Amino acid sequence: MLSLAAVSAGYGSFQALFGVSLEVPRGKAVGVIGPNGAGKTTLMRVISGLIPLRGGAMSLEGRLLDGLPAHRMVEQGIAHVPENRRLFPRLSVEDNLRIGAFVPQARQRFAEQLDWVYNLFPRLKDRREQAAGTLSGGEQQMCAIGRALMSRPKLLLMDEPSAGLAPLVVAQVFELVHRIRAEGLTVLIVEQNVQQVLEVVDRAYLLEVGAIKLAGTSAELKDNSFIRKSYMGL
Amino acid sequence: MDPYLIEAIINGILLGGVLALLALGLNLIFGVVDVVWIAYADIVMCGMYVIFFLYTEYGVPLPLACLIAIASMAALGVVVHLLIIAPVLDSAPINQLLATGGLLFFLQSFATLLFGTDFRNIGVRLPILESATLYISFSRLIAFAVGLIGAVALYLFLKRTYIGTAIRAVAQDREIVGLMGVDQRRIYLVTSAIGGALAGLAACLLALQYDVHPYIGNTFGPVIFMICVLGGLGNMIGGFIASFIISQIIAIGGYYSNTELSYVFAFTFFIVLMFVRPRGIFAR
Repeated sequence: MLSLAAVSAGYGSFQALFGVSLEVPRGKAVGVIGPNGAGKTTLMRVISGLIPLRGGAMSLEGRLLDGLPAHRMVEQGIAHVPENRRLFPRLSVEDNLRIGAFVPQARQRFAEQLDWVYNLFPRLKDRREQAAGTLSGGEQQMCAIGRALMSRPKLLLMDEPSAGLAPLVVAQVFELVHRIRAEGLTVLIVEQNVQQVLEVVDRAYLLEVGAIKLAGTSAELKDNSFIRKSYMGL
Repeated sequence: MDPYLIEAIINGILLGGVLALLALGLNLIFGVVDVVWIAYADIVMCGMYVIFFLYTEYGVPLPLACLIAIASMAALGVVVHLLIIAPVLDSAPINQLLATGGLLFFLQSFATLLFGTDFRNIGVRLPILESATLYISFSRLIAFAVGLIGAVALYLFLKRTYIGTAIRAVAQDREIVGLMGVDQRRIYLVTSAIGGALAGLAACLLALQYDVHPYIGNTFGPVIFMICVLGGLGNMIGGFIASFIISQIIAIGGYYSNTELSYVFAFTFFIVLMFVRPRGIFAR
């Protein structure tokens, strides 16, 4: 569904990605793992249009996405749950979700989508009037995911959903990923929490210093001695 | 209580309504676009001239002249954003201040060139309401009521519509709104248009009470900034409340001394509070 071919990108004179190629098949969950500063967040930002491509090509369902700004990517069916959630802290939970349905095609189905998200995350419904900034870390992550789902995306990008959360909450967040997958969504997830992300994805790529070092099914990567030694501490 | 004091307090409340409208416009633009429009009160001046000429020279009925003034100030807001603000959006704040400050001098000089320095009045005399001992000007009452209606309309717009919600979202995290499909540049334009329209609405209300001249903006421009800073720049509710605090100081100060001194009181209050609460009374 999503296909990246030799994508390069960076900020100013700094190049963060060097010829990254990857595939996310429809209905699958794909992980990108790697250390801090490997370019994982840059990769997400390139796919959602926050940073322009410098080289290579990117397509969704065969349509080229190159050069589209972020607000047009949502119309194409890509929703991005940003690193650190980035909720609008003084807006209510429901207003955060409403913003998620900003694009015209999502607005028409706002009520239906809202029911769906509240069904998926009943906690959000209990807290719909509350300012998003007052939610707990796990609830904020639910709200951020819910906000992205409101646009009824084909592809959901998740950037470090477990970052900054307590271990128990991290387990809950990965359980959320399971629930989203069960809804038939295609997911691309970037994580430092290698062990747990390999439990929820079908395939994964290892990104190091802006380039793909390894790729395989999650079972293959779990057995890979380099991954086990460097990323799982086994 | 002395009826003149009661009258002063009531007039203070009525003045607060118009100031609140202007403070809302300035705060809205600052909160969303993150640029202070130094020339905001001069947009009001332009609106007053539009009403004056349409009504007195071209015989356009006053309500229609007001609507045209509001619409043309909304358009002026968009033009100001595109020509002056957009090119300096990523510049240092001091450059943005210089740019909008330059606009202030440009508008004042341009108006002087076109219309001279004459004081002009639209010549509408609304009745004065009299009760037993009080005299309340009807035009002030209208200004207050319309100012409040404008504020409530703005509130509902920001709370109830997608664009309004997006405007509030941009004010909180401008970088990330694109991920929700919100085009930041479009939100800036809509916000500038609303800010301009609020200035136009204030122009309608002030034209009923004041003569228009090229420097009328100087009369209340500094007061509006003081109000916005006092309420916490960008904090719309803070600005709204601060409008009534300042207008009361001006009104009651005017009762005990005179109008000129009452502004001295207001600014002294402001300066002292800036030492005590530098980020505004309602700083979060």
